[in-house]
Amino acid sequence: MAEKTLVDAVNDALHVEMERDATIMVMGEDVGRAGGVFRATAGLRDRFGADRCVDTPLAEAGILGTAVGLAMAGWRPVCEMQYESFSYPCLDQLITHVGRYRWRTGGAMEFPLTIRMPTGGGVRAPELHEDSPEAYYVHTPGVKVAIPSTPADAKGLLAAAIRDPDPVVVMEPKVLYRSPRGEVPEGEHVVPLGRARIAREGADVTLVAYGAMVHTCLEAAELLDASAEVVDIRTLKPLDEETLLGSVAKTGRAVVVQEAPRVAGFGAELVAVIAEKAILDLQGPIVRVTGYDVPFPYWSLEHEYVPTSERVAAAARKVLDY
Amino acid sequence: MAQVLPAEHDVRRIIGDGDGVADGEVEGLDDAALLDLYRAMVLLRTYDERSVVYHSQGRVGTYAIFWGHEAIQAGSALALADEDWIFPSYRESAIGLLRGMTPETVLSWWRGHPAGWWNPREFRIASITVPIATHVPHAVGYAWGARLKGESACALVYFGDGATSEGAFHEGANFAAVMRAPVVLLCNNNQWAISTPLSAQTRAEFLADKAAGYGMPGVRVDGGDVLAVYQATSEALARARAGHGPTFVEALTYRCAPHVTADDPTAYWDAQRVERERENECLGRYDRYLRRLGVLSDELAEDARDDALERMKSGIAAAEALPPPDPEVVFASAYVDPPPTLREG
Ligand SMILES: Cc1ncc(C[n+]2csc(CCOP(=O)(O)OP(=O)(O)O)c2C)c(N)n1
Ligand SMILES: [Mg+2]
Repeated sequence: MAEKTLVDAVNDALHVEMERDATIMVMGEDVGRAGGVFRATAGLRDRFGADRCVDTPLAEAGILGTAVGLAMAGWRPVCEMQYESFSYPCLDQLITHVGRYRWRTGGAMEFPLTIRMPTGGGVRAPELHEDSPEAYYVHTPGVKVAIPSTPADAKGLLAAAIRDPDPVVVMEPKVLYRSPRGEVPEGEHVVPLGRARIAREGADVTLVAYGAMVHTCLEAAELLDASAEVVDIRTLKPLDEETLLGSVAKTGRAVVVQEAPRVAGFGAELVAVIAEKAILDLQGPIVRVTGYDVPFPYWSLEHEYVPTSERVAAAARKVLDY
Repeated sequence: MAQVLPAEHDVRRIIGDGDGVADGEVEGLDDAALLDLYRAMVLLRTYDERSVVYHSQGRVGTYAIFWGHEAIQAGSALALADEDWIFPSYRESAIGLLRGMTPETVLSWWRGHPAGWWNPREFRIASITVPIATHVPHAVGYAWGARLKGESACALVYFGDGATSEGAFHEGANFAAVMRAPVVLLCNNNQWAISTPLSAQTRAEFLADKAAGYGMPGVRVDGGDVLAVYQATSEALARARAGHGPTFVEALTYRCAPHVTADDPTAYWDAQRVERERENECLGRYDRYLRRLGVLSDELAEDARDDALERMKSGIAAAEALPPPDPEVVFASAYVDPPPTLREG
């Protein structure tokens, strides 16, 4: 095991997987010569050549659209969207084709493609560099979504995504790219899709999150007098309901945290699953802590928007005091 | 039916090299106008150079450097009528300075402070667009709308060479031609999209050739020659105002600075080429031209620089003196009529 940053863990996964399977190709804007604007793809072009680590034209719909065709031709494309907010042109291809093509062939063809992108705020960047658009992706039938919160999971979930026969979107919290570091297993390392992680054990309340908000929840847990359990969802689809509901059954209380705007966010899905399947386990209402129904603010105000450990702790107290 | 000739391939130039290539002249610009243009370029250059310093001092955030692009921006902006609208990308963030916006406003934008927002109607300048090419259709729609209302206003939209790969560029350009929108599509071809060279962006030798596919004229101009840019934009605007629709102008330059302050270009660029291009940068070329004409003196040049520096000094001071933004701004303006749950989070 080596200590690595999250972005280095992503880079490691790409190296290991491309070594393992010669049909894997990485494609995207500035992924080759520059090694990616976050350096997630550094070294790949030198190691695997310009045909397997491709600097594409500046066109996200083109990247994902050609990835569909590349998959049909027998490749496993790993597409990088340079920023989550610049992925939006690719949603056309994602919704109209990526998520439907297998279905359209009656299951005759597979589309084992991966889309990876940075996500989220907290990095004090100009407009449209700090969105959290996971709901658009996870809402698309036929598409799976994973969001790691640790370097080891970033490596393992990306490897699982690349190996998965279905299209998988991996969103990497960019605020975590360079810190904290974490132990990352060497060589092949796969974290299966669909398995949540108990990031902290507790007895009185369950804090549910994914990505950067897992760390916010861990901090919030420290602020509470009660004992908080933190569930790191890891894979939004397929969702590990067993771990989620198991934790809620144990604590009887749940706070769901997402950085994305509140309305119709993935947190609403988590709340619905808990309400439908575990309502009798609950001793109080399920409370959400989220971004607001406004565009992500100018960065001098981002702390007013991104959920903080104080906001999460306050929500937890509300549920605990119910 | 409209008839569109193949795009020009020769790069238009006015400014000579003080040696074998003779200086030309542009109609309609007297000495005072030539000097105003000089001052505009100096202001932009000073804004840019100071911003890089401010960034290194932690006084502005990540900043998109436009060093060497001043001729494209100042030359084209000068060609506009007051009523014409500008649709900038991040690369033209300071274009408002040429229409009376203060450095404080633009600096605030890069400081992530809402004082960096402006009312587009006040300056006839749309908001800075961060996503590539998505504003091209906006400019086209504005111009089309103005034409439908019988107004004479045109639109000018700036975008890069990389932007020509995006669907939004293509769709906007096609709409512009179909709707005969009075718009100038001004492509800043600095031959790089971050680390991606033009040769990896397109197999077209000339971006101006794309114009023929839309049924509009395509013009190539030396983007380091402020007068050539002015003239090409003026012609395009005259065509637009006469009801003949859009023009694609490819302004050729070379990016001699990092893409943004956060970028490290040493990994991908050719340092020798950059050195050569830097020596031929647009402000120096125009400076020497004006001196050959006998229009510019050391004194006037110094005055332009001092004035620009002074404006930057008071601009950054004013931006830094602003109180932290009111958190209410987070909720203030997304909706005219906000849903009652807006503040729930
Ligand atoms: C839709 C979209 N995709 C990707 C990006 C990230 N990005 C920012 S600038 C840039 C390169 C743009 O190159 P070009 O159009 O040539 O303009 P230049 O920066 O050279 O002025 C890229 C890929 C973006 N801002 N928007
Ligand atoms: Mg460019």
